[in-house]
Amino acid sequence: MIRELHEKLINKEITSVQLTEQYFDVIEKNDAEIGAYLTLTKKLAMQQAQFVDEKIAKGESIDLIEGIPCAIKDNICVDGVRTTAASKILDNYIAPYDATVIRKLKEYGAVILGKTNLDEFAMGSSTENSAYKITKNPVDTSRVAGGSSGGSVAAVAAGQAVWSLGTDTGGSIRQPASFCGVVGLKPTYGRVSRSGAIAMASSLDQIGPIAKSVEDAAIILSRISGQDLLDATSAKSSDKKYEDYLTGDISGKVIGVPKEYVESLEGEIKNIFEKSLEKFRTLGAKIETISLPHSQYALPTYYIIMTSEVSSNLAKFDGIKFGMRSDDNVDSDINNENGLPKKLLETYLDTRKIGFGDEVKRRIMLGTYALSAGYYDAYYLKAQKVRALIRRDFENAFNPPAGGVDYIYCPTAPEVAFKIGEKSADPLKMYLSDIFTITANLAGVPAISFPIGAISTDGKDLPIGGQLMGKWFDEEGMLNCAHTYEINTKK
Amino acid sequence: MLTREEILNIATLARIGVSEQDVEKYQHDLSEILDYFKKLDEVDVAGVEPIGHITGMQNTFRSDENFDFGELGKEEIMKNVPEVKGEYIKVKSVL
Repeated sequence: MIRELHEKLINKEITSVQLTEQYFDVIEKNDAEIGAYLTLTKKLAMQQAQFVDEKIAKGESIDLIEGIPCAIKDNICVDGVRTTAASKILDNYIAPYDATVIRKLKEYGAVILGKTNLDEFAMGSSTENSAYKITKNPVDTSRVAGGSSGGSVAAVAAGQAVWSLGTDTGGSIRQPASFCGVVGLKPTYGRVSRSGAIAMASSLDQIGPIAKSVEDAAIILSRISGQDLLDATSAKSSDKKYEDYLTGDISGKVIGVPKEYVESLEGEIKNIFEKSLEKFRTLGAKIETISLPHSQYALPTYYIIMTSEVSSNLAKFDGIKFGMRSDDNVDSDINNENGLPKKLLETYLDTRKIGFGDEVKRRIMLGTYALSAGYYDAYYLKAQKVRALIRRDFENAFNPPAGGVDYIYCPTAPEVAFKIGEKSADPLKMYLSDIFTITANLAGVPAISFPIGAISTDGKDLPIGGQLMGKWFDEEGMLNCAHTYEINTKK
Repeated sequence: MLTREEILNIATLARIGVSEQDVEKYQHDLSEILDYFKKLDEVDVAGVEPIGHITGMQNTFRSDENFDFGELGKEEIMKNVPEVKGEYIKVKSVL
């Protein structure tokens, strides 16, 4: 889709300003129902579009993504733009700088339409946890878009942006992509700088693209990846143009299917998944059953590590340095000194009580407990050791002494998009939505979700995503495998 | 089940104010999830090194230079501060 629009721009069939206006029109028309955007950046977008049009008029060459409208998850900082992470505690926060990915996108001339909704601080699997609104699934608006990047994904699925950026800590790009029928990519940990993304769990977070095609995702990844002084965990730049690796040939490649993931599949999802395996076979790939024996421990491991890092990362929201502060004139029910100006501790307690939503507080509490004196060894340290075993499972699958698979393949989620409200009362049930996606974050490997079919329910075709996981830093191979499937199945 | 005192202690450590109702809710919610964490008890991790950095990066250095940003962005940063006095961030009294 990006290439087609690029051609139209350079052939002067359309201007970037016109294109941008078209997308704002769609947003105007359907976002009241979908709820994908929290903030629109019209002025910024039109400035960026005009600048690109002037370049084209002058006959200058433009980049593939130049002049093409995109959306940004609202936990990524855009200079001078309100950035809330969908939390009341950042309701009035204006980012004073660009995240590294935004700086790069601006240099390439991307047009930023606005900031999209998410579960508060990216904590959730349905975008029902936003402090502002619920984002609905464009395929069936009685269902969730998935989460936490629900706004970014719904925007692409509903034609409100050509592509978008999300963040993925345990599946927050891939699970909603599966639910809404688009492509979502989580790069290898360290491939993309996290500087300027509001941190949730720093050892798991990655920024990645959401798009209508695998090629589009590859185009975006090429432009946002690379080492960054501002993120010490970012890996050495590959300087690869990932879109150049999409050969459409996967003959001889070995795809491993982890038995732990697929043995519990049933019904329509199982049929669709098996059909997709058959397709991979006809495209020349070899399918092998593999074992990732520690998969059953991934979810508790993930929730210990993630909540621990959350409790530390969110300590900075204190009502003193930035963000919301509790009102001095409203007495809290915390301290007995009613009537007196609030002291430091009371301000902390009160600000965080009012400013954070339930799920955020629950995770901070859990993480604080897991890291507290006497429990560190039993929880966090133990979880980091089990995480080492989970990574070892992947090493054994990818790089054994002999043989080994090139990619690992399974469904992205064990279900289609669920009904709004269906899981919101039961945190554990909600956590299980991430069961197939979290291991990629724990092991640090790249993973991509792409549509492989749909299940007809209540007269709607609810999308199902397939998930490919690749070797560390082998985004190009993984992308080519997904691309090959996509171009051979598109109607 | 976590006790009332344990919840109050965690809440104080986490600097999150809790009402009486919250305490009961947290007792239930946190205990249920902590029970789920117990699944890890069955994993033998003897001799396993905990993960430091997932792709094995070590000792990332940068040059020891001082970047002077001058006044650039200072105003934007200060605009986000809830309470200022002159050029300073005002902190609440501790005692």
